[in-house]
Amino acid sequence: MNAEPRILRTQAEETLALEFAAARTQLPGSPAIAAARESAFATFQKLGLPHRRTEAWRYTDLRALLRTMPPLAVGATAEVSSLADPLPGLDRARLVVVDGIFRPDLSDLNGIDGVTVRPLVDLLQASDARIGQQIATLNDAVVSLNSALMIGGVSIEVPAGARIERAIEIAHVTSSAVASHVRNIVTVGADASVRLLETHVGPAGSAYQANIVTEATVGDRAKVIWAKLQSEGNAAVHLGTLAVTIGTETQFDHLTLMIGATVSRAQTFVTYSGENARAGLFGATMLRGKQHADIALSVDHAVPNGASRELFKAVMDGRSEGVFQGRIIVRPDAQKTDGRMMTQGLLLSEDASFFVKPELEIFADDVQCAHGATSGEIDDDILFYLLSRGIPRPEAETLLVTAFLAEAIEGLGDEAIGDAFEEISRNWLATRGQEAA
Amino acid sequence: MPAIQETVDQVSQIDVDQYKYGFVTDIESDRAPKGLSEDIVRFISAKKNEPDWMLEWRLDAYRRWLTMTEPTWSRVHYPKIDFDDLYYYSAPKSSPGPKSLDEVDPELLAMYEKLGIPLREREILAGVEGASDRRVAVDAVFDSVSVVTTFKEELKKAGVIFCAISEAIREYPEIVKKYLGSVVPVTDNYYATLNSAVFSDGSFVYIPEGVRCPMELSTYFRINERNTGQFERTLIIAEKGAHVSYLEGCTAPMRDENQLHAAVVELVALEDAEIKYSTVQNWYPGDKDGKGGIYNFVTKRGDCRGDRSKISWTQVETGSAITWKYPSCILRGDDSQGEFYSIAVSNGYQQVDSGTKMIHLGKNTKSRIISKGIAAGRSDNTYRGLVSAHRKASGARNFTNCDSLLIGDKCGAHTVPYIESKNASAVFEHEATTSKIADDQLFYCLQRGLSSEEAVALIVNGFVKDVIQQLPMEFAVEAQKLISISLEGSVG
Repeated sequence: MNAEPRILRTQAEETLALEFAAARTQLPGSPAIAAARESAFATFQKLGLPHRRTEAWRYTDLRALLRTMPPLAVGATAEVSSLADPLPGLDRARLVVVDGIFRPDLSDLNGIDGVTVRPLVDLLQASDARIGQQIATLNDAVVSLNSALMIGGVSIEVPAGARIERAIEIAHVTSSAVASHVRNIVTVGADASVRLLETHVGPAGSAYQANIVTEATVGDRAKVIWAKLQSEGNAAVHLGTLAVTIGTETQFDHLTLMIGATVSRAQTFVTYSGENARAGLFGATMLRGKQHADIALSVDHAVPNGASRELFKAVMDGRSEGVFQGRIIVRPDAQKTDGRMMTQGLLLSEDASFFVKPELEIFADDVQCAHGATSGEIDDDILFYLLSRGIPRPEAETLLVTAFLAEAIEGLGDEAIGDAFEEISRNWLATRGQEAA
Repeated sequence: MPAIQETVDQVSQIDVDQYKYGFVTDIESDRAPKGLSEDIVRFISAKKNEPDWMLEWRLDAYRRWLTMTEPTWSRVHYPKIDFDDLYYYSAPKSSPGPKSLDEVDPELLAMYEKLGIPLREREILAGVEGASDRRVAVDAVFDSVSVVTTFKEELKKAGVIFCAISEAIREYPEIVKKYLGSVVPVTDNYYATLNSAVFSDGSFVYIPEGVRCPMELSTYFRINERNTGQFERTLIIAEKGAHVSYLEGCTAPMRDENQLHAAVVELVALEDAEIKYSTVQNWYPGDKDGKGGIYNFVTKRGDCRGDRSKISWTQVETGSAITWKYPSCILRGDDSQGEFYSIAVSNGYQQVDSGTKMIHLGKNTKSRIISKGIAAGRSDNTYRGLVSAHRKASGARNFTNCDSLLIGDKCGAHTVPYIESKNASAVFEHEATTSKIADDQLFYCLQRGLSSEEAVALIVNGFVKDVIQQLPMEFAVEAQKLISISLEGSVG
């Protein structure tokens, strides 16, 4: 209820303070960046790890969930024996980031001529103004922690007018039980068109933590398709943030697929800076065992004539917990905004839970905004219909769940990526009943 | 659209002048010294001739309250309240507990007449003779005390107890002891705890097993005295199979300073019982610059304790500078039902943060939430609600619909629902929309030959109809009148 001053720090917070003190001089970047790190860490210390009373993190109590912290990734080039491909059969360029370090040696940059790819370290040295620009007003402890401890990542610049056919993937790989803080910067120029993928993988059974913050800007009239696949190792903690500003007449479509990690949170902040922009935001979450996944979304209509569509689906099995917190903000004078948000949860097991908080925050009158939320189990009538047609129960359920998720996945409007993601959902269903350890 | 513009203009004019209950009744009153301390709590308790256990209960609450901090999570803004700058007890000076209306101060009776509240039984009877046999028993609460309760005798014949809670504490201590604080615990929240310490009066209703209350029960709250806080406490108990419909209305004079109203309402419905609780809240909302007005911080909760019980909340919120109120249902009994119907109209600088909580604990429990928010002027209107199903609440069902209508571009409408499902067979549906009056709706009406004023009236009436229908007849009329204030001019 109240923000009480916190006196005690958790063990994880203590560890982080010690780690920051030890690492601060070795972290990459110019003196200006070093100063920004100090202030970011001060903010983090003031906020502390998010807990139940932190409204934006209400259902994901990191203070309780993060008992200990693995050591910080040191930035050395870790050996990665084999790079498992999470999306076999999908053609794309790959920018591989291992434990926060961009690895040209493992990457494939073919077919994306014109796109500038640089390691984040270059931008840190040059005090690039884009670092920290999109997240300046977030006041989020996890993002502040990332600003303090970021060691690397990648910068992608798509020049104005460029039409990049081949999809570009930022492949985040964690090699061992470390905590890595990754920052990516994506700049899409005016009139450009690009398809981006963001994947997150790591070893099973390893209690690593990945804190990834991506700052992006989409230029006027640009068209961006962006798909995120979170298939981290089953003991991992994934904290991902995307903060993006979209310009006039842009078309921005984003899909988040959450399937891995034991604790995960994907935060997406979309801000409209130009009129007549359209954003489509979609999500599919599949959970089992004791997994906990939280999708937090904020769509900020700061200017008139914006449109947004949100559709988020979650399937919970075992004792898992699914969370969706979505917020549509319509600022004063953002007239003619059209926002629609839908979230649906399907509980496959008695012990699963689903928590939803879809918010509308509206300060302009000539708008059309709506949100809907449903929670329930597989409809008995529909199941009965399939059973009566001779379809065995497991297959019937698989059919229904696949269809349930497909609606959100197809919302992205990219066939190749959609097919690859649907394949993942089918594989997940095929292994239903096998506990995710 | 000229009609809309007109509505906007009309609405923008609505401020002090429109608040017709803003008069002050000049009446001698008996007040406790300003401020809050253990002595004040003792003073109130002594004034009420309360038994020792009640005093202890209050003191315990007061001590707990001292350790608590004011909640800040709601979307309302106001300067910090100085709790030591308030009077916690104020009563009209007349013989304690008037035996009949003749002993009540004529000034008071005149005031209630002015408010249109019928206190004379025979007048009520005369008034409706031949028209209908609907009668309403009224408990009138003036500042800190209940001045009169009508139809007591007739209710008693049916076995219904309807009296001031201070009287119930003396006359029926066993029932009060059993239920008071059992739905809203003393330490539930900051304002509920404060209320537990200093509540002065309120209504008490007890419907015995199998009885259907023969008439509507009603309480009319009036804050008159300057700088007073009104802390009423209402307790309604419906025994097995009982049925009661209860109405509540509130007004206050216009004052420059803000006044505090922190009530606690507890409802208990046992097996097969049904309680219908309706509120028309029209506290003084402050003037056009947002000065003055009532801070309405209310805790209302119903406990569907028995199987197949039902509690229904209906509220029309048009007044108060700040409304902070979440009438809730704890659906404990299997097959129990909770309902929440709300219209919240905010204008000027009013701030409304209201909604409900439906806590599904029992099997096959059902709840329904219909909330209509209309924001105009520079007001902020927030719906905040929680629907939760616990592990054992299999078969729970909820339907929620929250719609907001914005009139003017300086106001805000917000929706903050929390949905928590821990049971796979619980089916929850939530939908919310925010819009202004759609041009196509208007066009359709105009095309049918309605004037644009009629069209706007029709659409807004249609917008709130779902809720108005839930109100008892007497209140439906009053509520419609209240809402039509924001339509004046466009209704013609």
